[in-house]
Amino acid sequence: MTRLEVLKTYKIYIGGQFPRTESGRYYTLTGKDSTPLANVCLSSRKDFRNAVVAARAAFAGWSSRPGFNRGQILYRIAEMLEGRKEQFVAELILQGAAPKAALEEVMTATDRLVYYAGWCDKYQALFSSVNPVASSHFNFSVPEATGVVAIIAPESNSLLGLVTALAPVIAGGNTCVALASTSMPLCAVTFAEVVHASDVPAGVVNILTGTSKELHSHFASHMDVNALICYGTDKTEITRMKELASLNVKRIFVHTKEDQGPYHILQAQEIKTTWHPIEQIGPGKAGY
Amino acid sequence: MAQLQIPDFRKSTIVDQVGIEERVSRFNTRSIKKESKVKGLKLVLSMIDLTTLEGKDTEGKVKQMCYKAAHPHDALSGLPTVAAVCVYPTMVGTAKQALAGTGVKVASVSTAFPSGQSTRQVKLLDTKFAVEHGADEIDMVISRGEFLKGNYAFVFDEIAAIKEACGTARLKVIFETGELSTLDNVRRASELAMHAGADFIKTSTGKISPAATMPVTLVMLEAIRDFYYATGKMVGMKPAGGISTAKSGLQYLVMLHETLGADWLTNKWFRFGASSLANDVLMQLVKEKTGVYQSKEYFSAD
Repeated sequence: MTRLEVLKTYKIYIGGQFPRTESGRYYTLTGKDSTPLANVCLSSRKDFRNAVVAARAAFAGWSSRPGFNRGQILYRIAEMLEGRKEQFVAELILQGAAPKAALEEVMTATDRLVYYAGWCDKYQALFSSVNPVASSHFNFSVPEATGVVAIIAPESNSLLGLVTALAPVIAGGNTCVALASTSMPLCAVTFAEVVHASDVPAGVVNILTGTSKELHSHFASHMDVNALICYGTDKTEITRMKELASLNVKRIFVHTKEDQGPYHILQAQEIKTTWHPIEQIGPGKAGY
Repeated sequence: MAQLQIPDFRKSTIVDQVGIEERVSRFNTRSIKKESKVKGLKLVLSMIDLTTLEGKDTEGKVKQMCYKAAHPHDALSGLPTVAAVCVYPTMVGTAKQALAGTGVKVASVSTAFPSGQSTRQVKLLDTKFAVEHGADEIDMVISRGEFLKGNYAFVFDEIAAIKEACGTARLKVIFETGELSTLDNVRRASELAMHAGADFIKTSTGKISPAATMPVTLVMLEAIRDFYYATGKMVGMKPAGGISTAKSGLQYLVMLHETLGADWLTNKWFRFGASSLANDVLMQLVKEKTGVYQSKEYFSAD
């Protein structure tokens, strides 16, 4: 007797749970020879709204954790990803990647998480400064997490693209809602399972599947989103998002390259400057 | 005045808990969209008793909340005011002054709120103090200990005595349903309070969890309905505590409408005791108007 293969239902990830989209809609993903691979949720603006509520609720807890602890958790994501390497490689191949390239992508994504894990308690020192001022104040600037960040992940790189966009955001203490690649969403959903099993508090990472065509304007207009990071390429969408982002003066960053670096952390940070009064130590001599 | 009579509990309905929960889950499937939603949300807003009942309350805080009560969100035109503000007796004078001419009522908790652990004498003084300072409504707590002991006559007399002390102020009776354990007890307390002269029955103080839940509210609404059929007297309902989203506000309205009918769909007969519900309703109203999801940051905290 032949065994029926058990197919996986690819669901979205909101607030530490895996619901289906509230809209009940889906699209069918097809493989190379147009065999159906999976039915994938077509998220609606309400799913996005729910995800932002979850992300907002998680923000206070996540941003107040010590950087070192966030680093441990990011490293844990990398560990989990490494452990499920085969599954990701298989999914990438299903989505059309060559076996060697697929393995390469999974390894780079894992390394990238480790890279940002290391930065979690170091970028503060890099981006902080003590500022010379002409009054008797100790004046210093430090980066602080900006809040809820919406991410439109790259279309062409299923796993690596998502990790590249997401890791620096959560490393910096923000919470995020990410829209996965429309044509290659399988790895994104499996990555959500990895995140779920990695001590990441519920709501810090939320992953939706769907189309940026439908969702980009809501990503940009939502008043409770503080920054928008976009790897999309559609010129009209980008212009529209820039316009809408002005509603609450969101920071918006459009990327074309999927590289890594500490400045990716900085884009979702706000710089807080403190003027701390100090005693005048002597004429002509500032205290600091 | 007609003779008050303690109800005969042998005749009261036994509550079917599973049935109640099934019924509640039905209410929550109703879909309310567009114009009906906007009307519903405005109705919810007009039914809110904006509440601050904390040890750290100051006159300044109360004044600010009163302003919010009369001007929920001036950026949006055509909004109703909330129904009332709910404060401690010592703050009644301040609130009354701040709300002069706005039509917003002042409700005061009394009878050693929230525990109700005090003597009858103190509770009466507490109530009279609030009424003398101009409270339009009194929210009293029952002695849950006496109720759970089965000393129903004590609770009945207590409510009747406070009602008398209220004069023209409307009396809301708080059961603290989270401490009554069973829905049968909730039903019994509802009948007791209504027979003793309550103008409103109210679920909770908001100080303990669980506070207002839909099943508990449904049991109380059904008690109100049966009391109305038996005596022809309308009694109001106030769920309080734990209702913080506009969506749940609408679900309560659905339940109210389908249990008691349109006559109760006014802030004379239904109130929400809440502090954070108002802002969520406002956020939804602005969203309906602009099409853009809102953030708490742009709405005054109180």
